[in-house]
Amino acid sequence: MNDQQPQVASGSRADAVIKTTSPAYNRKRTEGDNTLVELPWIGKINLRGNPEDSRFVEKIKSVIEVELPLESNTQHHNNSVTVYWLGPDEWLIHCKIDRVQELMAELGSQLSSIHHAVTDVSDYYTVLQIQGPNATTLLRKGCPLDLHPEVFKSSHCSQTRFGHASILLHKLDSSTFNIQIRWSYTEYLWDYLVTALDAVDR
Amino acid sequence: MNQKNRLEQGGRLNRTKPIRFWYDNKGYEGYAGDTLASALLANGVNLIGRSFKYHRPRGIFSAGSEEPNALVQLEKGAYTEPNRRATEVELYEGLTACSQNCWPSVNFDIGAINSVLSRLFPAGFYYKTFMWPQSLWMTYEKFIRKAAGLGVSPMEPDPDSYDKTYAHCDVLVVGGGPAGIQATLAAGKVGARVMLVDEKNVFGGSLLSDNVEINGISTQEWIDQQLNELRKLENVTLLNRTTLTGYYDYNFLVANQRVNEHLGSNQSGNAPKERLWKIRAKQVVLATGAIERPLVFADNDRPGVMLANAIRTYIHRFGVLPGKEITILTNNDSAYYTALDATEAGAKVVIVDIRHNPGGELFEKAEQAGIKFITNSTITGIDYAKGKIRQVEIMQLDGDGQGVTGSKSQLPCDLVGVSGGWTPTVHLYSQAKGKLKFLDDKHCFVADTETPNKLNQNNPSFSVGACHANYGLRDCLIKGFDAGKSAAQAVGFETTEITSEISCNEPESAPIRPLWILPCDHPVGKGKKKHFHELHNDSTVADIELAAREGFESVEHVKRYTTTGMGTDQGKTSNLNALSVLSNLRNTSIPAVGTTTFRPPFTPLTLGSIVGQERRELFLQKRKTAMHPWHDRNGAVYEDVGDWKRPFYFPTHNESMHDAVQRECLAVRNSSGLLDASTLGKIDLQGRDVSKLLNLLYTNAWSKLAPGKCRYGLMLNEHGMVFDDGVTTCLKENHYHMTTTSGGAARVMSWVEEWLQTEWPDMEVYATSVTEQWAVASLNGPNSRKILEKLTDHPIDDESFPFMSMREMNIADIPARVFRISFTGELAFEINVPARYGLALWEAVIQAGKEFDITPYGTEAMHVLRAERGFIIVGQDTDGTVTPMDLGMDWIVSKKKGDFFGRRSFVRSDTARERRKRLVGILTEDPNIVLPEGAHLVEKLKDKPPMDMIGHITSSYMSPNVGRSIAMALVKDGFNRKGQSFHVPLIDGSSQKVTLTDPVFIDT
Repeated sequence: MNDQQPQVASGSRADAVIKTTSPAYNRKRTEGDNTLVELPWIGKINLRGNPEDSRFVEKIKSVIEVELPLESNTQHHNNSVTVYWLGPDEWLIHCKIDRVQELMAELGSQLSSIHHAVTDVSDYYTVLQIQGPNATTLLRKGCPLDLHPEVFKSSHCSQTRFGHASILLHKLDSSTFNIQIRWSYTEYLWDYLVTALDAVDR
Repeated sequence: MNQKNRLEQGGRLNRTKPIRFWYDNKGYEGYAGDTLASALLANGVNLIGRSFKYHRPRGIFSAGSEEPNALVQLEKGAYTEPNRRATEVELYEGLTACSQNCWPSVNFDIGAINSVLSRLFPAGFYYKTFMWPQSLWMTYEKFIRKAAGLGVSPMEPDPDSYDKTYAHCDVLVVGGGPAGIQATLAAGKVGARVMLVDEKNVFGGSLLSDNVEINGISTQEWIDQQLNELRKLENVTLLNRTTLTGYYDYNFLVANQRVNEHLGSNQSGNAPKERLWKIRAKQVVLATGAIERPLVFADNDRPGVMLANAIRTYIHRFGVLPGKEITILTNNDSAYYTALDATEAGAKVVIVDIRHNPGGELFEKAEQAGIKFITNSTITGIDYAKGKIRQVEIMQLDGDGQGVTGSKSQLPCDLVGVSGGWTPTVHLYSQAKGKLKFLDDKHCFVADTETPNKLNQNNPSFSVGACHANYGLRDCLIKGFDAGKSAAQAVGFETTEITSEISCNEPESAPIRPLWILPCDHPVGKGKKKHFHELHNDSTVADIELAAREGFESVEHVKRYTTTGMGTDQGKTSNLNALSVLSNLRNTSIPAVGTTTFRPPFTPLTLGSIVGQERRELFLQKRKTAMHPWHDRNGAVYEDVGDWKRPFYFPTHNESMHDAVQRECLAVRNSSGLLDASTLGKIDLQGRDVSKLLNLLYTNAWSKLAPGKCRYGLMLNEHGMVFDDGVTTCLKENHYHMTTTSGGAARVMSWVEEWLQTEWPDMEVYATSVTEQWAVASLNGPNSRKILEKLTDHPIDDESFPFMSMREMNIADIPARVFRISFTGELAFEINVPARYGLALWEAVIQAGKEFDITPYGTEAMHVLRAERGFIIVGQDTDGTVTPMDLGMDWIVSKKKGDFFGRRSFVRSDTARERRKRLVGILTEDPNIVLPEGAHLVEKLKDKPPMDMIGHITSSYMSPNVGRSIAMALVKDGFNRKGQSFHVPLIDGSSQKVTLTDPVFIDT
């Protein structure tokens, strides 16, 4: 992986600009009609709680304005947040990075009397997006899930693996997938997908 | 035309596309559509190699993947591949192959002396001869390997690319013959996701060797028609050139597709050479066909002896007539088809039928065609010279076929076709642990689909067509269609609508004569003539008899003793005949003898295919921190810590590792150093029961940890042994930040989750891994506060920010959690920032530290610095058998608080006993000697090992701050032996005198 100049993004103080890096260096790669790109700096909040407690479910909804997905491998979203089901008591909220602190604070105060956990994991992962007619074929090279359109449908998400890396796979439409990957594994996954991209039977 | 055996017409070839190829350095011509074997036969070449053990000349025996003889070395240099079956290699322009296992040449082979000396090489020869004295086996082995060589592996890296992919389907059909095509069609038509795999370049299976009409059209037209229909179905995937190599548990199957191998080795382009498919199928239809069973007769291994149906395949699929005068030896009707087709192609054919009175429709047809019959007779020898069969010797069988009578007669011929009926290809069903059953009437094993299979219980596979002993074409077509329907139905598809009309003309077959091991004029195993039941590994009927005589009667023993079925062909043509011989010897039935286990792969796989794209950079992930680009730019040398690439040291000006580490260690103690500690495991703990949990996880007390305070803890397993350590901080009430060792992060996370989920689900604790959320720069050394002060407005003096506490503050405008904890014993600040700012933070600290000569340091200096202070590293100074008390860390084990993991084990007699191995410091007599880690300590030196050891070195370094070498060791009763001296014998025979000390080498 080439060491490219890191991107610059806004930092913590209005008057300061802090150099911000992302694990795939905000890169893009196109082969034929297929594109692989990093979607860096998405805010991510890990949420734990008991979905059988209706107060918990309602409070969450009141803060993020999205119904908590209670069915496995599904996600709910509106214009500003996406909530992924990760487990029977675990969810992941994607939002704009500059909303993380505000959302966490609000969730914390709303849930103060209910057992819960709200944790900032924005930097734990990044998201790669693969888009194009061969997206499913490319993913099949490393992902053991059945990605047939009738089985893994648009809007489905799943915690699975690609090669040796654990990923959160989210199908946006028939030819677009978001792959959430741990920071330290990003280069491995990027290289794997680029290798696959180069070898697409065109 | 120099392809002297090529027929004027016929064959699924492109005759407008001649192809030039090289075999044993001689140029030949074939056509597109040929295999190497068919092209060689077309050119009249049939001496392909020398046999494995006796180096006897061998020729092409079959036309498919069952080939035991025609193994060649394909291509040269980096592209070379050994043991390729010529019957499977598709011809491409410029193909180069040569025979193997012959030296100096295939026509004159020095190893053939083994054949003359065959009496000295009986079965079990290697076991008997070379296993004693055992010490010499290593010497023998080299020579045996050379002599029994099967081709040569390439020495260069593989220049081709390979690919792996996952696939899922409702119905997987294995085998693209009549039954498989029909099954695919039936399941595909109702909408099931179907995959059809076939090992050949074209679909059609047995139909490729046939000239029968189906529904009034030729086989080729019928195949094309069906395939056209299949190609219209989007839910059907057709994979030709794809071998189903393994059928594993729960309908997981592996297939190897030869994607562009047929284009030649230099044509890689974008597409991979091979692709490995890992398939999950809801239903599996096995339509893998059958392999013709040879007859075992005297001299049956001569080049020119060929399976009868292979001759037919060469005629129909390749337009090659491999002989002009053909003798067919058979015990059944199916060879009559070959006889008829060969006659029509212009050969002179004689049928030697071991049956007394063959008759029936086919017999009459053959008689009408003018074919001569010799019945109740067998071939008792072959006159083979100069690479050719000249004539065969025929004798009449006696009453029960166990001997011969009368006089010999000679029959001139140049090719012998043999047929002993058919063996269903049950390999895959058996691989999946499916039970086999023996059909007494058909003399073969088939899948016992009635008996439930434990591993694939919910997914019984269907077995149809010839692989289920349905040899009639009409039967195959109808049952194949039904199997496809049933499979789709089992997945949940509605199938009542579809039907298939089949009409084809098939003569009735007369019964087989169940005799496969044919006598000659002297007893089997005596005299010069050999009866080979196994061509690949050169195993004869006499070998099985020898094995049985010596008490190896079990089929598994016979297999190993005679190496039957252990070749690269896995005995596809030999297994059943070996069982026949054994059952005769034991006077029992074949099912009572049993079969050996079929194991994957069905045919050999290349290593390239198994590895796929996971090579070079993709072989193993390299985990990198946010600061990694800086480390790269500044010449870091890396150490692998788990999958992490951690800077080991940062050499400047071509420094050696030693010099760099010494410099880094001095810098930290004298001014300041910076370590990338991002890889530390980190767990965020929230909930009102966290402190309760911490009390159970750690040995010390956690109830009173105030917000903003940090505490070090040791984690033990249930056995009281140390398994991790780290600092945990109370961020605020009911919210903690735990750190673990870098290598233990996942283990501790699972440990915490396991207890929360299985034992204490009521405990209100949520644990979330945050390892990679935080990039960590650990600033150490007396000047570290001065440096940090430049980067923050927050007070960081001792009073406002004391040791073992945490403060949130901005460092270089970056929001950070700063921990005043130290792994060097120096003043230290561990600065945690969100990973996206990791690089910026690192660069800011380096910049601010410039005036203090801040020195980035790696894991080796970190190890030295902590050892100087006697701090342990879990996993280095401990090995899972070490208690806190063994480490001299009783102080961290609470006597007052309640239970914690490992506590009860402290009262076990072994854990509680005196004189356990204890962690001590070690000083060598010579301060310049750095002992190797792992070296043993002994009380008494001996001339050579073994010596009684009392302990071993766990850590050992040259410490620039102490000014000498230092080490730590686990030593029996070490605490009571401090001050005493012992010896450390080294591998070069020398030894060092050492003294036990306290493990703290630099005190505060």
